[in-house]
Formats: sequence, C-alpha cells, structure tokens
Amino acid sequence: MYDFTPLVQAIQNYLSAHFSPGVATAIEWTLVILIYLAFYAVLGLVLVYVERRICAFFQLRLGPNRVGWQGTFQTVADAIKLLLKEPVTVNKADKLLFNLAPFIISLAALMVLSVLPFARGLQAFDINIGLLFIIAISSIGVVGILLAGWSSNNKYALIGAMRSGAQIVSYELSVGLSLITMVLLTGTLQLSGIIESQANGWWIFKGHFPAIAAFFLYITASIAEINRGPFDLPEAESELTAGFHTEYSGLKFAFFFLAEFVNMFTVAAIAATVFFGGWMPFHIGDWEAFNRIMDFIPPIIWFFIKVAAIIFLMMWFKWTFPRLRIDQLLHLEWKYLMPLNLMNLILMAILVYLGWHF
Amino acid sequence: MFKAIADYFKEIYQTIRGLLVGMGVTGKYIAHARREIITQEYPDNRDTLQMFERFRGEVVLLHNEDNEHRCTGCSACEVACPNGSIEIIWARREDPETGKKKKQLETFVYHLSMCTMCNLCILACPTDAIKMGHNFEHAVFDRSQLTKVLNRPGSRLEKGVEE
Amino acid sequence: MSELVLTGPETETALTQEYFINMGPQHPSTHGVLRLVLTIDGEIIRRVEPHIGYIHRSIEKMCEHDSYRQIVHLTDRMDYLSCHMNNEAVCLAVEQALQIEVPERVKVIRTIVSELTRLASHQLWWGVMGMDLGAITSFLYGFRDREMINDIFEETCGARLTMNYNVPGGLMFDIHPNFQKRTKDFVAHFCTKLPEYDRLLSDNPIFRSRTEGVGYLSKEDAIGYGVTGPSGRASGFACDVRKRLPYSAYPQVEFTEIIRTEGDCFARYKARILEMWESLRIIEQLIDNIPEGEFQAPTKQVLKLPKGEYYQRVETARGDFGVYIISEGNKSPYRLKFRSPGFSNLFVLDKVARGSKIADLVAIMSTFDYVMPDIDR
Ligand code: SF4
Ligand code: SF4
Repeated sequence: MYDFTPLVQAIQNYLSAHFSPGVATAIEWTLVILIYLAFYAVLGLVLVYVERRICAFFQLRLGPNRVGWQGTFQTVADAIKLLLKEPVTVNKADKLLFNLAPFIISLAALMVLSVLPFARGLQAFDINIGLLFIIAISSIGVVGILLAGWSSNNKYALIGAMRSGAQIVSYELSVGLSLITMVLLTGTLQLSGIIESQANGWWIFKGHFPAIAAFFLYITASIAEINRGPFDLPEAESELTAGFHTEYSGLKFAFFFLAEFVNMFTVAAIAATVFFGGWMPFHIGDWEAFNRIMDFIPPIIWFFIKVAAIIFLMMWFKWTFPRLRIDQLLHLEWKYLMPLNLMNLILMAILVYLGWHF
Repeated sequence: MFKAIADYFKEIYQTIRGLLVGMGVTGKYIAHARREIITQEYPDNRDTLQMFERFRGEVVLLHNEDNEHRCTGCSACEVACPNGSIEIIWARREDPETGKKKKQLETFVYHLSMCTMCNLCILACPTDAIKMGHNFEHAVFDRSQLTKVLNRPGSRLEKGVEE
Repeated sequence: MSELVLTGPETETALTQEYFINMGPQHPSTHGVLRLVLTIDGEIIRRVEPHIGYIHRSIEKMCEHDSYRQIVHLTDRMDYLSCHMNNEAVCLAVEQALQIEVPERVKVIRTIVSELTRLASHQLWWGVMGMDLGAITSFLYGFRDREMINDIFEETCGARLTMNYNVPGGLMFDIHPNFQKRTKDFVAHFCTKLPEYDRLLSDNPIFRSRTEGVGYLSKEDAIGYGVTGPSGRASGFACDVRKRLPYSAYPQVEFTEIIRTEGDCFARYKARILEMWESLRIIEQLIDNIPEGEFQAPTKQVLKLPKGEYYQRVETARGDFGVYIISEGNKSPYRLKFRSPGFSNLFVLDKVARGSKIADLVAIMSTFDYVMPDIDR
C-alpha cells in the first residue's frame, strides 16, 4: 500500500525512453532540485506560521489571524515584505563573505533535507551512510554563522558567532553519540534501512530505557545545535540584539530565518526516523483490526504527524524555558550530556549484545 | 565516590523535575488556549468597547441640544492647567436681552497635543462646563489638527449658569 | 562603535584585548534609553559605565514654575510604574507643610492603591525579568495579572498608568462603588497565580543557575551606594520606609519587611516575589475596613507653603523616594528635589557587574528593576 517506488520508476522509465541517459539524469536532477527548493520555501513559511501561532497560544494571545483564513497567509505576506526590502550591506563589511553566509546556511539546510525519507520510495538520495551524511552536513551551517558574524564587522554579531562556534562544536558530539547509540540497534546507517528495521515496532518502544534516554539526549543536543531556545545564545535578543544576523535585512535575513526553521524540521525528521519509525504506521502487537486501520493512513501522513509532534515539543521547550548562559551551556554538554551519552552507549551495547531488545 | 555519583544523578533528576513543572504551567495554558486569551482584537471590537465612566481621553466642552454650553469664560481652567493646553479667548459683549456689557467666551482653544489628561481643569471649572471625554483615538496626520476649538460655532451660554 | 582598544591583561598563552561595546541607548534589555558603555574581555565584563540623560525632561525645574497642585501630575511621569507613590510623596510633603490633617478614609485608600501599584509594578518586572532571561512567555502572564489592576485603576482613578489620583489634602475622586469588589476579585485571582510564577520561573533550574550567585552586592555596598527598595533589602539592608518611617495607613497594618541576606540576583528576585505576598496581605487587611468619611480635607484654592524646607520619603516599588521642597512662601516651590531610588540603584551597576558575563549583566539589570524616566527625570 502507498508505495511510491512504482511512480518514481514510471517517471524514470518515461524519461529514459524518450531521452539519452545523460539528458534523462539531468532532467531528473532538475526536477528533484525544483521540488526540494519549493518544499524548502513552503516548509519554512508553514513552520514560521505554526511557530507564531503556537507561541501565541502559550502566551494567551491570538497570534496572526488576519491575512487569509486564520492568518495562514501571514507568512506569505511577510515573505513578500522581506523581498521588497532593501538589502542593506554594511559599509565596512566584508562584502563577499557577508553575501555568501546566508547561502552557506541555506545550502546546508537544503542538503540535509535531500536524504530524508518521506515515505517508501519517496527519498531523493538514499545513500548507505545517510546518518553520517546528515551529521556531517548539518555542521556546515556553523560556517555560515561564523562568516555572517565575522563579516558584518559588528561586535554583537561577532560575539554571537563565536558563541555559536563554541556551542555547535560541543553539541555536535552529543548529537552524534546519541545517534550512534541507535545505530547499534539498527545496524545500518542507511535511513531507509533504519526505517525497515522498525517494521515490527518503533525503536523507542523496542529499545527499552537506553532508547528513550537517547531520544531525550538527542533532542536536547540538537536543539542546541540548531540554536533554538533555550539554547539560542548566538542570537539572544535580550543580550546581543540579534546576534550573528544583526546586520542582515531583507531577503538575506529571510534566508537565515528560513534555514533556522527548516533545520528544526530536519532535526525533528531525523528523530522521527530513528526513534519513531519514520513513515511506519503505529502498530500494536497483534491487534489485527487496529493495525489495518493504522495502515490505511498514508505513510507520508504518519511521517508528518510524528515530525509535527516533535516540533511541538521543541516549541514547548522554547516558550517555557529561560536561556542558558554560555558557560552553563558548555557545562551542560561536557559535564552532563556527554558522560550520559557515553554511559547510555555502553548500556545499549550490553543490551544489544545480550539480545534483550525486541 | 558513590555519594558523588548519587548526587550527580540526583541533580539530574531534580533538574528534569524542575523543567517539567515549568512545562506543566505553559502546557496547562495551551491545553485550553482559546478560553484564556487575554488580548483583544481592537479595531474589530470597537462597537462593543466600553470605556470606564471616569476614563480620561480628552477634554470636551458639553453642549446641549440648543447648542448651548455652560462656559462663562472665567479662565479658571486655563490657570489650573499645568502645561497651557487650554486657552480661553473671551470678549466683553453686549447682552442682547439686558443690554449690559458682559464677559463672554469667544473661543475655547484646546491643545490636545500638550494635554496630559491630569483632570485639573475639570476640577477647577466652577460651572462644570467641561468634562473628560472617552474618545482615545486621537491619531491624526497633521499635528495642527490636534489644536481644537471646543465651543461649537454659534453656541451660546446656557441660561441661568451665571446666577 | 568606537574603535578605541585597550590592551588587556597578558595571559600565559595569548594576549587578549579588551574592547568597548555600546549597550544601548537602543537595546532590548536596557528598559528604556539607557546607554551602557561596556569594556569587555571576550564575554567578561571589566567595566560598566552608565550614560544617562537621553530622556531628561527637567521635571525638577518645571516644578519651580508650577503650583503645588500641578506638581503632582508631573511625578507620574518619573517612575511611571509607581506613579501613585510618587504622587503621594508630594501630597504628603505639602500636607505636612500646611499641617493638613487628612481623613482616615484617604489614608486607607491611598495605602490600598499604593500596594496595588506596587503589585502592578512587580508583576511587570517579573514578566520583563523572564523575558530578559529568554523566557518570553512570562511576560504575557505578568501582563495578564497586571491588567486586572489596571482595570481597577481605570475605573476608580480614570487612567491606567499616569493616574494622578492624589491631590494635596486627599484624593481626586472617591473610590468607585466597584472598587472593593474588583480588588477582592483580584486578590483572590492573584493568590492562585502567584504560585504559578514560582513554578514557571523561581523553581526552574535554568533560571536558578542564571540568578543564583550572580551579581553579588554586599550589605556595606548597598548602604554605601544608597541602594534601597527590594534590591537593598535583598542584601540585608533594612530600608523599608513603610516600616522605618510609616506614613498613611501603614502604622495600622501588619506586614513583614522582606529581608534576605544573600545579595545575589536570586535574592533580589525572591525579595520582590515575597513582597507581592506582603502587598496582598496589606490589601486584605484594609479592603474591608475602609472607614467612612470625606475623601478630601478642606484646602484653600491656592496653596502657599510657609517658608521652610520639607522632606517626605515614601517607599515606591523601587525603593526610597524622597521629595525635598524649599519654599519661600510662594505658590510654587523655590527649589524642589526628588531623590529617586533608580538613580542610586543604577550607579552600583559597575560594582556589581564587574567580572560577570554579558548575559549576567542582563540578569543583574532586570533584578535592579530600572525604570529610565525615574533615573533621568
Ligand atoms: S487635563 Fe490637565 S493638561 Fe489637559 S487641559 Fe486639563 S488641566 Fe490641562
Ligand atoms: S470651562 Fe469652566 S473653568 Fe474653563 S473658562 Fe469655562 S467656565 Fe471657566
């Protein structure tokens, strides 16, 4: 049911029947790029709207509700406004790097998106080192942040960028370790393989305590990695006005903004894939009827439901907690998350060795 | 050694508990978000928006149906005003009925832009001619529009006020 | 941003440079147009120089031209969050000079409204404190509760912020018939919400680690710099004017002066939270016992203070507020000086913030609860 492989196969066949192999591949690439770019933009807009709305509800406000039904077109209007704004470049800024930074960040966010499996067969780039690829690429974003902070020639931006550097370098470790803990269970780095391994139950249920611990460690560390509250020190608006993107305006600012939200989606998507079975429907043991009904819901919907739940959790964190201080942030990583992660990894190794997981 | 480890885990436990309690507070509000909304959709609720009776929005000179006001032009409010927001221009005019010359209000100039809504002019007025209005939508495109003449054209002093 | 660079301490491995950074006049957490020139070394603050004067309106000079009735409304514009207490200070000074005996009813109402103002101020402070530390949601929760107080004020005094409810000799109006009911409703509501403040911020481990042990102010320094109000009391300096030199109805009510000895940000935070409980207690004691009577003592139309000097202190939400009047016997003062608590509280900032991080500075500033118009006047 709901397998996208035939569809993709059909397009492939059609293209190779009508064009030479080179052209066919080129067309496929273009299609994929266009689809992903569109997805990137739409995703950003939707998430910004959702965030503002949810934040408003946490704060007993109404949030944007004027433009379109329930304010759904608010972010579109905002995007148009940002497009029309003058892209100010600071006089003393390093022009090249200043203009390059937003693209690096967007590129990193976009590249990670490419390996995510949305449903069976609906994945642009199914490589066998998928998880490794994600960890590697997602840390390219920090280069963009550092460049942005450095080239703006603004002290607030510089402090923000430096904070971000220290933060991402440390938290990268925890993200990696918590994912490795899960790789012990899955036995593969390929994302489609990870999902297939959860066909008879999600890892968060099958992996006992270490899997649950790994999930929370992963969420904490990756929130810090994407600079979201309560770890939003690089842009801490009450301290550094806007941190590394203080000097950006218009479209370039929008790039940072979009990338931040897409990163949030990516993090949630990875969590959903690794811990919650990606697009696998929710099954309970041998309740045949129940499982049938669950199967009836398309996998792509399952995927987005899971991602949405995790994103909601992240928003809940952000709108509840105060921000940490930079030294406390590093303490948290090196004194708590990292040792806990290592302990968890050992625990998981024992568990897998003894074959106690389901 | 064991105590240190126990303390370490205890600290983690307490931290997580503290965080969850905080999330409980916000979680409670989002669970029934729609009911507890504290903001108002202002321009939409204009028709039902009711200001409190004592609300001070601007100084108004009361007129009755016959276009009569109660201001005798005594300038008490002008003196009471701390920042010169009120200018009373008066003249001695002949009363059409008695024929006597009498002090009368010519123009009641009110500078809304300077007024601090302190209510001192209202307290000072011996005839209760002025009152605080409830209108608060004072935005205009030109500052000069904030200087207002409060007595309506052709208005007269109400009978019996001066006795 | 000036490019003046100081050579900093030479450490073993690297030569670090101190640099300047301008925090303000437009900055999200300076709460108004305060400009702080920070000398920092990395993230560590070496020196803080507050520059003020961006919203100076020469209120003291204006007072020299105004009659005593008119002065009152100017004090609204100083510390606008404790406007009622400021008004009261001027009125008490004038009443003291003219030896006007104000009716009991006035004293009690003034006290209730003062405490409501203090609560409103502390609620706003609590919300902003959370916001400065990154927990933006607390801001709206603080405002939700403040809104009820503002409604009470609007109904009785006619304005929400600059109420100008006092006149020399009494009050501008009698209380609105709904005043008691609304106040009781508010007290009942807020008694359930105040524990929530604790659950959301005070008990939050992140919040605790951001405030505990940060920005220590010793008792000696608090006295030396004249830091008053909850900030001073958090350092163990017993300076509550309501206790030391009781005025209005404070002698009749029972309340504790909150004194903490830790002197750090969390102590200042906790002092305010506990002070809210005390305010609620005072209001509960008085709200049912408002004596009948006049709401104004008879006064002359033109007030002329006898020649002499008069000083009156009150406790505002930020500390010890003083009005010093020199009268030559005219209808306006010869010289009028306000002792605003914010001014002394601001200049201790350098002492407190040295050696802490930029993020700490934000927390320290929030816990001192600066209101710029109070400092600049
Ligand atoms: S309300 Fe006050 S400032 Fe306004 S006109 Fe009357 S006395 Fe003047
Ligand atoms: S409004 Fe009242 S105080 Fe002012 S001039 Fe007229 S009568 Fe006198």
